[in-house]
Amino acid sequence: MMSRQDQQLRLALLDVVSGFARWPLWIRLGWNDILMRYRRSVLGPFWLTASMGIMVAVLGLLYANLFNTSVQEFLPFLCVGILVWNLISSFLVEGGMLFTSAESFIKQIRLPFSVYVYQSAWSKLIIFAHNLVIYFAVLVYFGIWPGAVALLAIPGLLLILVNGALASLSLGVMSARFRDIPQFVNSIVQILFFVTPIMWKPELLKDQRLLDLNPFYHLVEIVRQPLLGAVPSLRDYITVVFISALNIALSGAIFVRFRSRIAYWV
Amino acid sequence: MSVAGAELVLEDVSVRFPIYSGSSQSLKKRLLFQGSGGRLGRDVHHRIVIEALRNVSLSFQAGDRVALIGANGAGKSTLLRVMAGIYEPLLGTVTSRGRISPMLELGLGIDNELSGYDNIRIRGLILGLNTREIEEKMGDIAEFTELGDYLDIPVRTYSSGMLTRLTFAISTCFTPEILLLDEWIMAGDAAFILKAQRRLESFIEKTSIVVLASHDSGVCRRWCTKGVWLERGEVAAQGDVDRILDAYAGKTRG
Repeated sequence: MMSRQDQQLRLALLDVVSGFARWPLWIRLGWNDILMRYRRSVLGPFWLTASMGIMVAVLGLLYANLFNTSVQEFLPFLCVGILVWNLISSFLVEGGMLFTSAESFIKQIRLPFSVYVYQSAWSKLIIFAHNLVIYFAVLVYFGIWPGAVALLAIPGLLLILVNGALASLSLGVMSARFRDIPQFVNSIVQILFFVTPIMWKPELLKDQRLLDLNPFYHLVEIVRQPLLGAVPSLRDYITVVFISALNIALSGAIFVRFRSRIAYWV
Repeated sequence: MSVAGAELVLEDVSVRFPIYSGSSQSLKKRLLFQGSGGRLGRDVHHRIVIEALRNVSLSFQAGDRVALIGANGAGKSTLLRVMAGIYEPLLGTVTSRGRISPMLELGLGIDNELSGYDNIRIRGLILGLNTREIEEKMGDIAEFTELGDYLDIPVRTYSSGMLTRLTFAISTCFTPEILLLDEWIMAGDAAFILKAQRRLESFIEKTSIVVLASHDSGVCRRWCTKGVWLERGEVAAQGDVDRILDAYAGKTRG
C-alpha cells in the first residue's frame, strides 16, 4: 500500500504527462482563446501586433531622445525588450485566473489539470509569434542582421516558457484558494516593468550589482541578446538555470500538495 | 476495453467542502435552517465545513442501472462528481474501470462563436477521442440534430431548441463504459423529446454502468434496476429500485 504522499506524487506526475498527451485538445483550445478575443474583427490577432508596433515606435523615438542615444541603437533594444517582457508578464498576470476561469470545465469533467497550463502557455506563444512581426520590421527598417547567434534565442524562449508555465501553475493553484493573489501580482508586475532594464539600458545603472538582484533581468537577457546579435553572458544562463531549478521544486511541491484540492476551490 | 469488465467501487468515501467566504457566524445560522442539506461541522482548523458525503460505500458492476434519489442538497450531484473523479475524496477511495462520461451539464465546452461542427470536434477532444474517431461519428451526429447547413454557422445564431439538439447529440454520440447522468435536462419540441428518448435509450443500453440522479420516480423505474437513497450525505438505503423508491415515497409523504 502506497503512502498518501507517494500516491499524490504519482498522481501529480501522471497529470503532467497525460495532460501533455492531450495536445490536440489544448492546442485547439489555446487557438480558440485567441480567436475568441478578436472574432469578427478585420485584423484579428494582428491587433496585438498593431498596437504593440505603435507603442514601440512612439516610445522608441521618445526615450532615445530622453536618454540622448541614437534611435538606431535604442529602438531595436526597446522593441525586443518589450516583446519578451510581454510574454513573461502575461504568464504572471493571467496565471491567477488559470483554474478559476476554467471552472466550467473543472466542475464538469475530469481532465488533467496540466491541460489548462499547456493551453495557456501555447496561446501565449502564439501571441509572441504575432508580435515577432514587429521585430522583423525593425530589423529590415534599420538594416540590422543579428546573424546565426539569433538562434540562441530559441533555447532562451524555451526556458522562459517552462518558467512561465510553472509560475502560472503555482499562481493558478494558490489564487484558486486566495482570490487576492491576482490583484497583488498585478501591482508587482507593474513595478517589475520599471525596475527591469527594458525602457532603459542596463549600462546606465551606476551600481551594476543591482542588476543581479533582479532575476527577470537575466530571463529577458537570454532572449534579447541573441535577437540583437550578441551572446548572453554565462552569468545570465547560470542565473536562469538556478531560477528554473527553484521554480520546478516550488511549483512541483505546490502541485503535489494541492492538486486534489483545486476542484474544491474553484 | 471490454465492456463486461466495467466496474465502479466507492469505499468509505467522505467529502467536505470548506467554506472560506463571508462571515462564518451568519452563514452558520443560515445553513442550520436548511434541514435537507449536508451536515455542518468544523474541521481541525476550526473552519466551518459542509459534510457533503459521509462514509459512502457503493459497488457497481457491469449491467447495473442505478438511480440516485434523495432531496435537494442530499449530495446526489456531489456523489456523481466523486464518481467522475472530479472531486477526489479526502477520505476513502474510488476505483473505476472503463471510460467514464459524465453528462452533468449538456453545455460543457460549448463555444458560441464556433460553428456546430467545430463544437462537435471540441467536445470529442474533451471526451478523449482522437480526430479520426470524431470524423467517423460526424455524419451520425449531423443527421440526428437535423440542423443541416446550420452546422456550418456559429452556434450563437441557434435557437435554444436547436442548441439543445446539438448538445444532446454531441453528448450521446460517444458511448462510454460508465455513464453518469444528472437530472433529465430536456427542452425542445415534442417530436424532438420523443427522438431524444429513443436515442438515450439506445445509448443507455450500450453503456455498461449507468448512474442517474433524478427526482422523477417514473424515469427511475423505467431505466434503473438498483436504487440508492441519499439522505444528508449518507446512504440511507440501497437495493432493488422499486423497494427503494417505495420506501422513499413513504418517507417523504410523512
